[in-house]
Amino acid sequence: MKISFELNGKPVALEIEHRETLAEVLRGRCRLTGVKISCEAQVCGSCTALVDGLPVSSCTLLAYEIRGKKVTTIEGLADNAGRLHPLQQAFLDNFAFQCGFCTPGMIMAAKALLDENCTATESEIVAHMNGNLCRCTGYLPILKAIRQAATEMRGRN
Amino acid sequence: MKERSEFAVVNHSVPRGDGIPKVTGSAVYTSDMVLEHMAWAKVLRSPFARARILSIDVSQAKSRPGVIDVLTGNDLEGLHPYYGHGVKDHPLIAIGQVRFVGEPVAAVIAEDELTAQEALGRIAVEYEEQEAILDVDTALAEGTPRIHDADFADGSFRGFDDFPGAAGNICQAVHVAWGDVDAAFASAAHIAEGEFYFPMVYAYAMEPYVAIADFDAKGHLTVYSSAQHPFMVRHDVAQVFGLPINSVRIIVPYIGGGYGSKSYTKIEPLVAACSWKTGRPVKLQLSVEEAFLTTRGDDARVRIRTAEDAQGHLIARQATVHLNTGAYAENSPMVCRKAANRIVGPYRIPNVKIDCFAVYTNTVPASSYRGLGGAQVTFPGESQIDELAEKSGMDPVQFRLENLAQSGESIHPGMRPIDADIPGDIREAARMLRMDRPLAPGHGRSVCCSASDAGAHPVTLAMVQVYADGAVSVLSGSTEIGQGSHTVLAQIAAEEMGVPLEKVRLIGSDTAVTLFERSTGASRTTTLMGRAVLEACREAISQIKVMAEEVFEAPAEKLTEERGGLRCGGKYLTWAQILEKYFKMEGCSIVGRAYLRKAGDLTLIPVFWEIGVVGVEIALDEETGKIALDSLVTIGDVGFAIHPAMTEGQDIGAATMGLGAGLFEELIYDGQQLMNGSMLEYRVPRFSDLAPNIDMKLVENRDGVGPYGAKGGGEGAVNPISPCIANALYRATGVRMRTLPLTPERVWKALQEKKGAASK
Repeated sequence: MKISFELNGKPVALEIEHRETLAEVLRGRCRLTGVKISCEAQVCGSCTALVDGLPVSSCTLLAYEIRGKKVTTIEGLADNAGRLHPLQQAFLDNFAFQCGFCTPGMIMAAKALLDENCTATESEIVAHMNGNLCRCTGYLPILKAIRQAATEMRGRN
Repeated sequence: MKERSEFAVVNHSVPRGDGIPKVTGSAVYTSDMVLEHMAWAKVLRSPFARARILSIDVSQAKSRPGVIDVLTGNDLEGLHPYYGHGVKDHPLIAIGQVRFVGEPVAAVIAEDELTAQEALGRIAVEYEEQEAILDVDTALAEGTPRIHDADFADGSFRGFDDFPGAAGNICQAVHVAWGDVDAAFASAAHIAEGEFYFPMVYAYAMEPYVAIADFDAKGHLTVYSSAQHPFMVRHDVAQVFGLPINSVRIIVPYIGGGYGSKSYTKIEPLVAACSWKTGRPVKLQLSVEEAFLTTRGDDARVRIRTAEDAQGHLIARQATVHLNTGAYAENSPMVCRKAANRIVGPYRIPNVKIDCFAVYTNTVPASSYRGLGGAQVTFPGESQIDELAEKSGMDPVQFRLENLAQSGESIHPGMRPIDADIPGDIREAARMLRMDRPLAPGHGRSVCCSASDAGAHPVTLAMVQVYADGAVSVLSGSTEIGQGSHTVLAQIAAEEMGVPLEKVRLIGSDTAVTLFERSTGASRTTTLMGRAVLEACREAISQIKVMAEEVFEAPAEKLTEERGGLRCGGKYLTWAQILEKYFKMEGCSIVGRAYLRKAGDLTLIPVFWEIGVVGVEIALDEETGKIALDSLVTIGDVGFAIHPAMTEGQDIGAATMGLGAGLFEELIYDGQQLMNGSMLEYRVPRFSDLAPNIDMKLVENRDGVGPYGAKGGGEGAVNPISPCIANALYRATGVRMRTLPLTPERVWKALQEKKGAASK
């Protein structure tokens, strides 16, 4: 089947199989390998992408469901001049990753929260991020990074 | 020794070298790679824990469109199909016999992954099921058949020279003893005695095992793999195919987590055999469910007793440890050795007798898991320290202070004396946790510690290239697994060469390019590879100094080293300028190298003692039995932190991993089947498990053999967390837990039992 959608701000038209997941399309056909696949069961959050601004587990979303929608992945986060998004910068500043495998999904999940509510409280951040697993960092530096980015994004608004 | 304030690059939390790729999604992991003309493999796995394979019919699978070939144990003619660095007991695919549910029996190689997956269902395997041997007691019982009926050759177990070979279902036995424990227990004032159980755990590296193997037309093999120890993989794979080691090239791109689970050889021989059979590059990407069936941590039953005299001095410890090692040895012989050493703890104990056994069972093979046996035995060890403190009426912190080995004191005869200030660390942790505050109901606090003989066997080779334009490349066989080694090693090179950090590039790991490094584990990289890089830089500088005599037209004694170059009277030239003037050509580079081995101050084992010191305050919900962390403190006694922020990151990461096994993580078998082998059913720590109050401290006494006095970190804090929680729970409730994890159900039951006993 043929699907059209907007990917990181650009229109895309693709021929896909009905059974393909969004993660398979993004990684396989679009070669956006920042979308990581781990648990394949909506538990770990490493495949998180944004569809119309909302976080989804792309490993279990059938790709045809994104027809006509806007998809954002980690590759679409820096601006056109290559400047990092405040979350990306905050993850760097706070050493909020080690192996980096969960990082794209972490950043996308946090972006969905802060775009909606950049004054999120600590407990709101924890509740929102609880669907993203990290096995390296113990979460503390990620939490610090999200708080830093929230401050930065509040300043911009 | 240079003062800390004099360092320009090290001891500073500089930006990570792998930062931009990792936050922009451009970092390439093996799972992201696709080669030209690449085929895909999928694996058919055994449904039985123990069975003979009578026949395999692959004809229906082979005839499917898109299927290139099928590999089984019948296709290995000409290979040496058994591998293993400890015991060569592991066939790259089942040969006539399966030994655990999930063991690879056949691999389909197809043009795409889905076709390969679909064809698996068309392979007909006839099994003759045998009675499975699922637990340690059954495995050791008289009359139980051997899980391996052959005696296998020893592997190239570098750094482990007392491997005695297997007997019955005992894969490895290690005995540690000194003094006279019988006499000591007979004279003891108090004895703590009990049986403890540390669960079967899964490391959950988020990137499951993946490898791409490519035999080229000349018979050279290249493997891209998520491997922690590329040189060990090279050795095993070369032996399987009978190749010289320079015909096997292992390249390790970014790795999505390891924690020991990706150490040593995993799926690489199987993937290489798929390429060997088909003549195509082949990729095998396991799912997380398959990774659960590939490696786990050894669960441990520990029968242990510890004695003190009337003055509260430890006088003896005796333990029998049984590790459930699963179907193949993997790295469990080393886990066995380390568990036997580490159960002594950082205490001076004059009489010790430890008998530790790694036992084969028909379960998923167990291997390295962060802490390498340390977590399994620190739980019973530190629990009994608290029990004895209570028996002698002493405060547990004070009791530890009385018995801990001081810096320079020996805890294991013949081993390196303690190179850390453990009493100071414990005092500091107790201060940070503010142990003297009154406790709220349901709250308890504890401070615990561990000492691990870390660093593994010191053989570490490094090269640096110094370029005539001022750039420096570090060629390192240590893998960047997220711990930040590529950043730390670059810092050391920048510091030593006096060049800006941005001018230093890290190359590795690629066994065709970088020199040998035994392994990336046992927290060794900063200490050993860091020191090798430092020495390689110094060696490069000594070469440049000889060239400089010609360039400056002055004898060596007139040249003085000044940051990034040499001065001769009023004239200063950078290394780069000297090289350019010497070669009279742009683009040249020279190579500095260092070869570290078990010699000089690296003769004594361990390379360093890795200290774990943590403190917790728990909050117990008595109605549900749920334990939450209220406070967590960690001390990183690391000698010298090349990168303080990442060093603290290792401590909080290790503590959180330890929290998982302490509170929720446990692989559960029901008969032959692993029941919770998926992330839907295996609970690891999440954001909401983070303690609201966290305090971390690094202790930098410059007391290690690594660069600038550094020692490793990364595995210390994982060990003492679970006893710390159990001791805090005891403080809160008077209930002593000896089985992990401390799930709400288990804790609630214990609380009810205590209440029931009290009301009788």
